[in-house]
Amino acid sequence: MIEITSLKKSFGDLPVLKGMNLSIPKGQATGIAGPNGAGKTTLIKTILGLVKPDSGEISVNGNILDGNCDYRKDIGYMPQVASYPENMKVFELLDFITGLREQEAVYKEELIEQFSIGTELKKPLRTLSGGNRQKVGAVLSMMFNPDILFFDEPTAGLDPGSSHKFKERVAEEKSRGKTIIITSHIMSELEQLVDHVIFILDGNIRYYGTKENLLYESNEERLEAAIAKMMGGLPPEGKIGYEKTILSKTPETV
Amino acid sequence: MKLLAQIVLNEWKTLLRGKWMLGYGFIFLALTDSLLRFGGGGSETLLSLSNIMLLFVPLVAMIYGILYIYQSREFIELLLIQPVNRQVLYWGLFLGISTPLMAAFIVGALLPLGWHGILLVDGVSSAMVLGLGGVLTLIFASLGFVLGLLFYEDKIKGFGFTIVIWLFLAILYDGLVLMLVFLFGDYPLEQFVIGISMLNPVDLARIMIILEFDISALMGYTGAVFNKFFGSSTGILTAAVMLIIWLTAPMWAGLRIFRSKDF
Repeated sequence: MIEITSLKKSFGDLPVLKGMNLSIPKGQATGIAGPNGAGKTTLIKTILGLVKPDSGEISVNGNILDGNCDYRKDIGYMPQVASYPENMKVFELLDFITGLREQEAVYKEELIEQFSIGTELKKPLRTLSGGNRQKVGAVLSMMFNPDILFFDEPTAGLDPGSSHKFKERVAEEKSRGKTIIITSHIMSELEQLVDHVIFILDGNIRYYGTKENLLYESNEERLEAAIAKMMGGLPPEGKIGYEKTILSKTPETV
Repeated sequence: MKLLAQIVLNEWKTLLRGKWMLGYGFIFLALTDSLLRFGGGGSETLLSLSNIMLLFVPLVAMIYGILYIYQSREFIELLLIQPVNRQVLYWGLFLGISTPLMAAFIVGALLPLGWHGILLVDGVSSAMVLGLGGVLTLIFASLGFVLGLLFYEDKIKGFGFTIVIWLFLAILYDGLVLMLVFLFGDYPLEQFVIGISMLNPVDLARIMIILEFDISALMGYTGAVFNKFFGSSTGILTAAVMLIIWLTAPMWAGLRIFRSKDF
């Protein structure tokens, strides 16, 4: 359960989040889409506590974010770029994070097997390929069985096989009632994994609702086309106005 | 406390594995040993060692501090999203990287001083040189942290400031003070010069060494004024107090930035 009220954040003079209101109920799988620089990453980083908001309030599972770090016990995050200390070995990283979280790594073995990185465990992280590092990130995010899972461009570096396994795993977590939030530029991926879509444009939420409703409203069959339509230069109100003027003119010209 | 220890231990382990830190210690070992072999031993050798220390320890510590921030960005972010307090994380990372650097210098220089028997003869002076090297390591590593956090996105700027600050504090400062004194030689400048030398940790360390070895004429102008004004023991004490302030200021600044920073 994530509640956000009038969240504002600027970097210097540049407003990135312009008073966002958002409520993501427990157990919902949500995809966040939007053009580059729209504020997707900033939104996620603010919820994770990496970025401090200028104003507004965030609460995660009923805990208001006020500098206390305990709420993060309920959160797993898989970053876009997985980069770890070079000399550390994979199992050492897993153990280190386990020690820091003071939680039991319930799904550790299961995830290691699922993503087949058992052979990589004793290797230093610098020798791992980008894809395998991503998988380590995936294991780290899910092994403590947190309530809320954030995935930032999760399959960008994965081969088709691993990508498929990852999606299966996410579906599994979803069926366990986890709240899942995914940002991605790959719309087909969102289509498979989520049932709600948040579309962010210029630091505001342009659309928040079910995937089906978005497709219905935009009169498209694919999510990619629907999102592209929303991105298409003009904001929705402007676009509607534009279409109206054309419509009103057409009868005269015809 | 347990979390802090875990973070520190983890950094130690990672640093030990990278041979870099051992190499740094070994350089000081080889250097001190050869100084003692060819320099004849005694206080001259300790002075040569402290000159090298005053020049290079700040540079290495500062570069190391800032490089750590830049190299470990994603790792720091990974740690920040764990249920760990930012304050604990800051101290864990800072102590985790600065204490091995400090230990490398102290152990590297201590061993040759020991096997050449200098520790028995000049124990207090040796301890002072080594201790000052350790304190300077902490001060400049935290300055490196501060610069790395301030210029988190702009590495070129961060490194630029690092080099400029080092050049200024370790090399140009005494020359600039001397120039000021030369220009305004007709006025009573002693208090001004003392005030100014308090603002530079490298100068403070240099002053303490000068006063300890009683060779004010040999090492810079600020030291000579200090000696004249305070005399040896009060001078050392004043400088030491100032150095402790210098030790806490950048660490505190770094902590403040770290706690309120957007990553």
